[in-house]
This record gives sequence, C-alpha cells and structure tokens, in this order.
Amino acid sequence: MGRYIIRRLIQAVPVLLGATLFIFAIVFALPGDPIAALAGEKRQDPNIVAIIRDQYHLNDPLLLQYWYYISGIIFRGDFGKTFAGVPVTQLLAGKLQVTLNLALVALVLEAVIGVVLGLWAALRRGRATDTAILASTLLLISIPTLVSGFVLQLWLGVWLKQVTGTEIFPIAGTTQGIKSYLLPGFVLAGVSIAYLTRLTRTSLVETLRSDYIRTATAKGLSRRRVIGRHGLRNALIPLVTYLGADLGNLMGGAVITETIFNLPGIGNQLYQGVYLREQPIVVGIVTILVLVYIVANLVVDLMYAVLDPRIRYE
Amino acid sequence: MSKTSLRTSPAEGGLGDEPLLAVEDLHVEFVTRAGIVRAVNGVSYSLNPGETLAVLGESGSGKSVTAQAIMGILDMPPARIPKGEIRFRGTDLLKLSDEARTQVRGQRISMIFQDALSALNPVFTVGWQISEMFRVHRGMNKRDAMAKAVELMDRVRIPAAKQRVNDYPHQFSGGMRQRIMIAMSIALDPEVLIADEPTTALDVTVQAQIMELLAELQRESNMGLILITHDLGVVADVADKIAVMYAGRIVENAPVYDIYRAPAHPYTKGLLESIPRVDQKGQELYAIKGLPPNLLDMPTGCAFHPRCPYRQDNCVTDAPPLYGISGARNSACHYWREVLDGDPR
Ligand SMILES: Nc1ncnc2c1ncn2[C@@H]1O[C@H](COP(=O)(O)OP(=O)(O)OP(=O)(O)O)[C@@H](O)[C@H]1O
Ligand code: SF4
Ligand SMILES: [Mg+2]
Repeated sequence: MGRYIIRRLIQAVPVLLGATLFIFAIVFALPGDPIAALAGEKRQDPNIVAIIRDQYHLNDPLLLQYWYYISGIIFRGDFGKTFAGVPVTQLLAGKLQVTLNLALVALVLEAVIGVVLGLWAALRRGRATDTAILASTLLLISIPTLVSGFVLQLWLGVWLKQVTGTEIFPIAGTTQGIKSYLLPGFVLAGVSIAYLTRLTRTSLVETLRSDYIRTATAKGLSRRRVIGRHGLRNALIPLVTYLGADLGNLMGGAVITETIFNLPGIGNQLYQGVYLREQPIVVGIVTILVLVYIVANLVVDLMYAVLDPRIRYE
Repeated sequence: MSKTSLRTSPAEGGLGDEPLLAVEDLHVEFVTRAGIVRAVNGVSYSLNPGETLAVLGESGSGKSVTAQAIMGILDMPPARIPKGEIRFRGTDLLKLSDEARTQVRGQRISMIFQDALSALNPVFTVGWQISEMFRVHRGMNKRDAMAKAVELMDRVRIPAAKQRVNDYPHQFSGGMRQRIMIAMSIALDPEVLIADEPTTALDVTVQAQIMELLAELQRESNMGLILITHDLGVVADVADKIAVMYAGRIVENAPVYDIYRAPAHPYTKGLLESIPRVDQKGQELYAIKGLPPNLLDMPTGCAFHPRCPYRQDNCVTDAPPLYGISGARNSACHYWREVLDGDPR
C-alpha cells in the first residue's frame, strides 16, 4: 500500500506541473501591466519600474519565468514574493487555514445532512417525505450562493440575534472558532448538499434492488439488518468519491462565501491576486488547490479500497 | 447418482395427507404502469420430504415469481397475492405475521439463486456471510459461527476452506461461489430448499458437479428440493416429479418417468422434442415456434393456442382446466388423450 501511495504521488507531479503552467500562462496573458496596477494612479519612476521588472523576471519569456517560479517551489519550497515583497507562503499560511476550516466544515455538513436526507428519502421512496426532500434539493440547487448567503446572514445571523439576544450564528470574521464557520460553511455546502442528497437516495435505492439484498432477505434477516448491514455499506461507496472530489470544489467555491462573510481566506486573496495580476499569489493558490485535489483523490481511492474489497492497490 | 436413491414415498415424511409444502391456486400479480401483470395464475404444486420437484418452463412463465412468493421475498408492492395458499407443514404462510414469516425464511425454507456472483454481497467475506446465519439466527459468537462456516464450506467441498473463509466472493470461481451460496442456504438445515436455476450461469462440467452436490446434500438431510430449471437433461437425473409452467399456469404435472415416456400436454411435448437439437444451452425453448404470450394481453381460451399444433376451435374460447389423468398426473389440455397417444401432425 505504501508503494501504491508513492506511485500515486509521482503520478501527480505532471498534473501539478501542467496545472501550474496553465495558470501561469493565463495570468501572463492577462492584459495590463502588473507594475502599473501596483502603483495605481501615481506616476512611476521608470528606473524603479525597470528594477522591479527585472527582479521579478517580468521581461523574460514565459517558459523561463515559469522555470524560475517552479524551481523555487521544488528546490526551496519558495512560492515567490508578492510585488510588495511579502513571501507568498507567509501571506497564505493563515489564510489557507481559514479556507481549509471553511471547506472542512462545509464538507462535514454536506456529508451529514446529505447522507441523512438521502437515506431518509430512499427509505420513504414515493411518499410525501421523499417528494418533499427532492423538491427542497431542487430549490437548493437553483438558488445562487450569493442570494442564499445574504439571506441566511440576515435571518439566522442578524434577525435571530435580535430576537434571541444572543449571537447563535456569527455573521462575519473568524473570532468565534468553529461557530464562526457554521453559517458560511452551510452556505458554501448548500448546492453540494442537494446533489449529495440526490446521489445518496439513488445509490441506496439502486443498492436495495440488487440481488444480494434479495439474498439477505431470503436469509431471514430483519429489514433493519438487511438495509443497515447489507445495503448501507454498498450504497456508501459511490458517495465517498463524490465527497472527495467535492472538497476541491468547496475550496474553489470559497471565494464568494468568504467575501459575504468577510472571512480572511485564500478565496479572498485569490480575487485580489487576479485583480492585481500578482502571478505568484495566483499560481501559488492554484498550486495549493491542485495539491488539495490530488491528496483528496488519493484519500478517496484508499477509502474506496477499504470499502470495496474488489478494488486492490495495483 | 441414481434416481431411486432420491425418491422417498410421501408417507416417510410422517405428515399424514398433508405434504411438506403445498402451493394451492396461487395468484401473483404486479401492479405496473402498463397495467396489472398476472405473472402467476392459479399455480398448485406440492413437495414431500426428500422429494425433488422440477419446475420447468420458458422464460417469463412465472417460475421465479412462484418461488419468491413461497420465500416471501416479493416486493409488495408492486407485487400482490390476491388469492391462494402456501401451506408449509399445514400452516398457510401467507396468513402468518411478518415476524413469524421471518422465522421460516432462511431457517426452514431457504433459497439459492442463479447468479451467485451478484447474489453474494461483494463487500463481506464469504465466511462472514455464511456465519451470519449462525450469529443472527442461533445467537452464536463470531468465532464459533466462523468455525461453523468453515465446516459448511468443507461440506460443500470447497478446497482449503479454512484458508479461504476470509476471501471475498469475487475471489472464487463461478462453481465455488455457487457452493458458497449452497453452504449458506443449508446452514440451518432447512426442510425445503428452492434452487432457482442454480447452474444456468456455469460450465457444463461444473453444472453436473453442483447438481450432484445438491442431490447428495438432499440425501443426507431428507429435505424437499424445488429445482427450477431450463435444463431437461438435468431434470431426468435428479427429479422425482415435474411441474411444467406456461404463462403463469401449471400445464402439466407428473412423475418424471411418465413425462419422459409420454407427455400429456403439447407444450411439454415441444420441450422434450427440442432436447436432442440442443447444442447451445438456453436455446432449446425456442424450438417451439412462436413467442410466449404477453402477460398484459393474454390469448383467449387456452394461453398456448397460438403456438399449439393440436389446436381445435374450442381451444380459442374455452380455457382448459387441469384434467386429472391418473393419480399424480394432470394436464391442462382439452386434447391430452390425443397428445398422449401420439403425433397428429
Ligand atoms: N417486479 C415486477 N414487476 C412487473 N412484472 C414482473 C416483476 N417481476 C416479474 N415480473 C413478470 O412476471 C413474469 C414471470 O417472471 P418470472 O421471473 O417468474 O419468470 P421465470 O419463469 O422465472 O423466467 P426465467 O426463466 O427468465 O427466470 C415475467 O413476465 C415478468 O415480466
Ligand atoms: S387446449 Fe388446445 S390449444 Fe391448449 S394445449 Fe391443448 S390442444 Fe393446444
Ligand atoms: Mg426465473
């Protein structure tokens, strides 16, 4: 298994290089001059501009620039500096934590709510509960995060606080630990919850149709045991893949949520980075996101092999 | 394996007149969007201890649905049983509470299925799945139950059972998997075993081994065996009596010897005549010209009339009852005498 993990990580290298080069090229191709953007309205001293351009290799061809950048990461763990001179690693360290917290809270909410609702719907298939759950997932999918974010902020944050007199769901910042992440986490997870609910429902319904469930029934087991022991484990397998892939999506989707709830995460930072054409920041964040994707996928594959004995590390 | 060794007189069951299992005028229908599918229309058959009943018939004739009704594993809805009795040792299973029914299922009447790969749970070891019977129904602890599982795997002659008990179903060959299915189904010494095409998915040589194993296990335990099959060759070797089904009905019911000597229903006759021409399994039934009827739109009169070489005018209007021919023999054909006597074509 150790060898499998190592091989998977080696396989990830070209993915990582490709993704970063791609982003690097996109940011490179953005119109406008980053140094000019840095100075804003002020007039710039051409000499200083030249020095900065030189220092950041801005006059070199794309591939060479990329080489400077990527070799720094590979050989020195150096993600470069912002134009203001702050190392990107230092800039992102705390922010990454915020976004990871947010994404993980969202993931847990997604898994718990999605699976519970999905199983419930599947077991009440065709009845009122099922219809109600399916209808609400459609609703959830159709509301943009921006809208649900502000509405929930207003109701559960502001209004609830006024009515009860205590702050149950903080509406901004990260000062209250995990509590600060509940509302933004839910908003971020919203659409995913809906999809996972539907996926869970389908998965269990399909599983309960399979031959081995009929066998389990024919063994004289209780319905509870048939579903709980024989059905659930099989039904959960496809969900693991979905959840693993979704962690990356959640981190990527954090931009809007972080803005609404004023969370100092990398989503916020990414937005500024693109705006200011700060190549090192943008590419650094993307590299991190790709890494998260790769690790999450690896974890999914390992969990898969644990859940489904037909899959072997080969 | 000789036929006589499997045959046991009904009296040996010690049940008086009541057979071990008696299906009486069973009707099963499915409520679907297209309408009510009458899959089983008044099936009756019976089984005594130590006896083997072969149920024959084309795909869709209701063999499996009848078996599932006996097991109580039909999904209701869409299935429903508007009429009929399934008496097990004199008790109508259809009248039992869910709880009482569960006590019978798997413990006293058990079933094996056609495709053991899909019928076994892919995520649990075979040992776990066999031993579950002992853990759940006999309250055994894990270790004892596992030891029992190894014993059973030995009994169905899985080589190196002890080493293989912790393997998963996909790690076994088709024949071995079916043996595991069998081990699981006989775990609690059931009185009735229903085998729904247990060998259809297997190679010919393996088929014979599995049939032999079933016959041997039956001999040892004196259980009643219902063998659902397409394979008339297999039937001749192991069955005591045969029920031939067509469109949800029994069309002929007879001791195996009588059927082979002279069938009393045109459909049975067609099935038998198609045997020698078989070179590929599964094709034999298509030797009868025409297609099985649509259960949503059944032919009037005798359901077999569109395909029947013996058809007369009244067959189209009058549905034949199950005529008694001799003691244990019935045929649902107005012209069973002509069929018995020979070929008019
Ligand atoms: N859940 C269901 N809903 C609707 N119709 C069904 C359902 N299950 C079975 N049937 C119908 O009942 C009829 C009898 O099916 P059954 O499985 O008993 O056939 P069979 O004789 O076992 O055939 P085979 O040799 O193919 O196994 C078929 O026509 C089938 O379409
Ligand atoms: S009743 Fe008529 S149609 Fe039906 S099997 Fe007999 S001869 Fe053929
Ligand atoms: Mg069948």
